Amino acid sequence: MDDIVVQVLIMLVQVVVLVLAISTGFAYLTLFERRLLARMQNRVGPNRAGPGGFLQPAADAVKLFFKEDVIPTLVDRGVYLLAPALAVIPALLIWAVIPFGCLNIAGDYQACFADPATNPNLHNIFQLADIDIGVLYLLAITSIGVYGITLAGWASNSKYAMLGGIRASAQLISYELALSSAVLAAVMMAGTLSTHEVIYQQMTMWFVIPQLLGFVLFLISGTAELVRAPFDLVEAEQELTSGYNAEYGSMKFALFFMSEYIKMIAISAIAVTLYLGGWNAPGLELLGSLMTGMAGPLVGSIAVGLASFLVFLVKVVLILFLFVWMRASWPRVRYDKLMYMGWKWLLPLALLNVAMTAVFVVVLPDALIHSVALFVASLVVMAVAYVVSSRVKPAPSRSRIKMVQPEVPRRPSS
Amino acid sequence: MEFVMFFATAAIALIGALAMVLSPNAVHSALFLLLNFAAISVLFLLLRSPFLFAIQLTVYAGAIMVLFLFVVMLLGAERADATQDRLAWQRPLALGLALVLLIEAVFISVTTIPQTPAVASPEAEAFAAPANLGSVLLTTYVLPLQITGIILLVAIVGVVVLNQRARLRHSLELEQK
Repeated sequence: MDDIVVQVLIMLVQVVVLVLAISTGFAYLTLFERRLLARMQNRVGPNRAGPGGFLQPAADAVKLFFKEDVIPTLVDRGVYLLAPALAVIPALLIWAVIPFGCLNIAGDYQACFADPATNPNLHNIFQLADIDIGVLYLLAITSIGVYGITLAGWASNSKYAMLGGIRASAQLISYELALSSAVLAAVMMAGTLSTHEVIYQQMTMWFVIPQLLGFVLFLISGTAELVRAPFDLVEAEQELTSGYNAEYGSMKFALFFMSEYIKMIAISAIAVTLYLGGWNAPGLELLGSLMTGMAGPLVGSIAVGLASFLVFLVKVVLILFLFVWMRASWPRVRYDKLMYMGWKWLLPLALLNVAMTAVFVVVLPDALIHSVALFVASLVVMAVAYVVSSRVKPAPSRSRIKMVQPEVPRRPSS
Repeated sequence: MEFVMFFATAAIALIGALAMVLSPNAVHSALFLLLNFAAISVLFLLLRSPFLFAIQLTVYAGAIMVLFLFVVMLLGAERADATQDRLAWQRPLALGLALVLLIEAVFISVTTIPQTPAVASPEAEAFAAPANLGSVLLTTYVLPLQITGIILLVAIVGVVVLNQRARLRHSLELEQK
């Protein structure tokens, strides 16, 4: 009985620390993005509050907290209040299965690097729950994330918000397919759905090499799933004021803002887990054995834990840098081109990647050989796709005119 | 513990389903149905089937309900019109049939199902593992799986054909003018 109480207490502490850490991460991600965007656009960015703008997130939080909390009269009150919660809760729930390090509290660092199937002696406190359907759980929670945005758009009773919400639901459904297919190929390489085991399977080679195509597809459709630039039609400022969150203010707006950025960190963390070897890096085992030899198994385990957390953090920041870089580099895509790309390029390429992975893994059983073969095949496919896509343009206006014209009042027929 | 969890979840599922039927607003109905789906996915979890839990969330909550919401929002069809049913006998007939179904279900559950609460057996737990489920689907049940796939494919092709035909008629009309 006491054992259960202790376990529940440990879990509660883990949850509280995790949520606080993610919220802080979100706050500093906004600063990171603003400073970085400013550098890329030859500006300075926020640098007044604290040294180097370090206190800017705190200032923003205080400002948002003390704004007047307005609820417009004609909104659908229940749904309007529910929507921000529905946006932020899935963003936080994603983190339950992501291993952001490996600190074995049992005091045995080797358990982190051993085959999980034969070695159950692992109590990793840097992962909330190692469930055997971890990757499916990630996809399930990501797919629920759309409700916050869609319902906010509907409940606001405003046409701009409504358009944003409709765009969001169509866009997220379309890109979810490519996203899941890209993830499926990585899961096929690993042969497991447990996130910890996926990392274990990448001890010899990161999946970004055989799954290069899948990684690229994941990043593109992940950006679309986050409704970030260049896919941020949901909140296109020039057309929709700010889209789905136009009628929200104060902390309710902050929750939407928060969910977007937390999801951005989460997608980066998923990319790191599935393609970049997770918290693992060469030399961690050596560090563990050195520290264990010097100061005992518990210290060795803690050293490995902290070092692996640092490795994970560095990788996540690299992907986040890529997201900010993308936002600074590309203009927003047009809506029909968004759909065109999602359905006619990303989804077929993702399916091709799944088929390719299946065939190569079965035909060439040796891991090294099929990895190299898949890497070469990925390069070839991407080169072909690039050449073809730069030759074939989507028929730009004909089909659009046909669809629009019947609504125009008819001229008297001659 | 499990008993309490089951009844709490089942109660939430029932409340969600009832509220879905009774709510006059289509978007509210969709949300209550979402609540119902979530509760049912938790029931799968209580039956030690995490795979079905994830699939229930992804497919029903994540895809089908989003499509429902999308269509309702796109058409602006939140409010059901309060006009009288054209088929006057429909409602009493439905109530009678539902009553028959209810009596039947209660009778069967009282007579055939053992009185002890269901506990997932180890075999069931092994069967619910995603790898085992996948291998069974692709070996023993490969024919039903393929047939389901073909039915879905036919539906998709049908939608594309119907859509193209409408578009073709549009462009023909435009050319005639």
